[in-house]
Amino acid sequence: MSKVLMKGNEVIGEAAIKAGCRYFFGYPITPQSELPEYLSRRLPEIGGVYLQAESEVAAINMVYGAAATGVRVMTSSSSPGISLKQEGISYIAGSELPCIIVNIMRGGPGLGGIQPSQSDYFQATRGGGHGDYYLIVLAPASVQEIADLVKKGFDLAEKYRNPVMILGDGMLGQMMEPVDFGVETSGDSFDKSWATTGKNGRKKSNIVNSLYLKPEELEVHNRELEKKYLEIKSKETMAESYLTKDAEIVVAAYGMTARIAKSAVDMAREEGIRAGVFRPITLWPYPEKELNAATVSAKGVLTVEMSLGQMVEDVKLSLNGRLPVEFYGRVGGMVPTARAIFEEIKRMSEKFGGVK
Amino acid sequence: MLKQIMIAGFGGQGIMSMGQLMVYSGMIEGKEVAWIPSYGPEMRGGTANCSVSISDDPISSPHVTEPDILIAMNNPSLDKFEMSVKNGGVIFINSSLIDRKIKRKDVKVYYISANDKATELGDVRVANMVMLGALLKIDKLVKIDSIMESLKKVLSKSKHHLLPLNAQALEIGAREIGNN
Repeated sequence: MSKVLMKGNEVIGEAAIKAGCRYFFGYPITPQSELPEYLSRRLPEIGGVYLQAESEVAAINMVYGAAATGVRVMTSSSSPGISLKQEGISYIAGSELPCIIVNIMRGGPGLGGIQPSQSDYFQATRGGGHGDYYLIVLAPASVQEIADLVKKGFDLAEKYRNPVMILGDGMLGQMMEPVDFGVETSGDSFDKSWATTGKNGRKKSNIVNSLYLKPEELEVHNRELEKKYLEIKSKETMAESYLTKDAEIVVAAYGMTARIAKSAVDMAREEGIRAGVFRPITLWPYPEKELNAATVSAKGVLTVEMSLGQMVEDVKLSLNGRLPVEFYGRVGGMVPTARAIFEEIKRMSEKFGGVK
Repeated sequence: MLKQIMIAGFGGQGIMSMGQLMVYSGMIEGKEVAWIPSYGPEMRGGTANCSVSISDDPISSPHVTEPDILIAMNNPSLDKFEMSVKNGGVIFINSSLIDRKIKRKDVKVYYISANDKATELGDVRVANMVMLGALLKIDKLVKIDSIMESLKKVLSKSKHHLLPLNAQALEIGAREIGNN
């Protein structure tokens, strides 16, 4: 298939359709409204269900219900709306159901603003709702990667029966780039024997539930979840390394910020500073091994985010004191410039780097 | 080679569509392209700008903060972005609405009375195409043919009668360069 020019938000919708998703429940909010708008047009065309719920709380519970029947289902929102969904997300994680939840982040806290931000990293990677659980969190950095990760996200969700979050910022959602959707897929190859679609001759009913009143039983359930999370951690990390092989200063950044960091690194290289970019694609599980591999030549790591410093904690945990880690961030909807990141790289290179 | 353009004005001036036409055309020509809008919550009025990147190689950052080219469609846009243009860059000024000269000495500048020329053509809404025509006369980022092909795709069939008007606007914009 040839390339088409589309907005990131619309691509999330089309990629979901191409991955066999026929159910969307949501509630509009800037800067992701192009996604529900797109699906409100597209899903009815192909016999799918688009439903604008009365609230985010209702939407996530509709996702819960649809996911229990084993279909591919998605919801989307932006930061304040994602906070509203947290109770339902916790229930979905506890009930081990697959689905995709999209968060196109805007500045917070509270209603915040409508400009791009990355300040929901903690919420996304630490579960977000109550209880011991994790979402698989995927962070695309281009419109093409949105298409690839939405498709992969549905597969991961079904493979592990775990909710997957696509985490982007408002800039990525509204940006237009060429995209190739590749071949269409579906979830047919995954085991759906747990789905609540009628007994079909079976003796036992399938029950989807997250309530375990006996502590002995809940502990068994928690341990099962733990086992699953450990398996995901060992198998599913993804990251990209850019010019890190000989880099003295490695910039760790995700999503759009990582692309700006690449431009900053190009500027640094022109001045003879050996710099590189480490870009985690999975934010949970965090690509610890990949980060350590990308920083073997490094003297220092600079984490850049559109937040007051959230992913920087995972960078520090992954490096476990092996390297100095510094932070540069812009907040409130302000986007770091390549020049500002370059200045930080230069400063760190003078501080930690060897002789040029 | 990477070229980055900042197009700025107020909502309703066709800022977004001007940028979209450029990236659409770039894509048709097999180039790497990216377009990022920035605007407030209002549909019309308010400030609007978009970043356009066109390159032969994959684009690192599509977030344009030091453009090679600035298209300023009104006064506030020129005030906001004049100093951000790269040394040796180019600024296109919509002199119908902008009443001052630029302060910079290290960039090239072209004054195009886009609104007046568009009004002469019978539709002020093609002021953006007049500007685009001027830009493409100076920098052959994409071909005029590609712009027309893109227009055919982005305009619904019921609007195709506007294609000749747009072609004329592009041509007049190119001609305006000669008056600078």
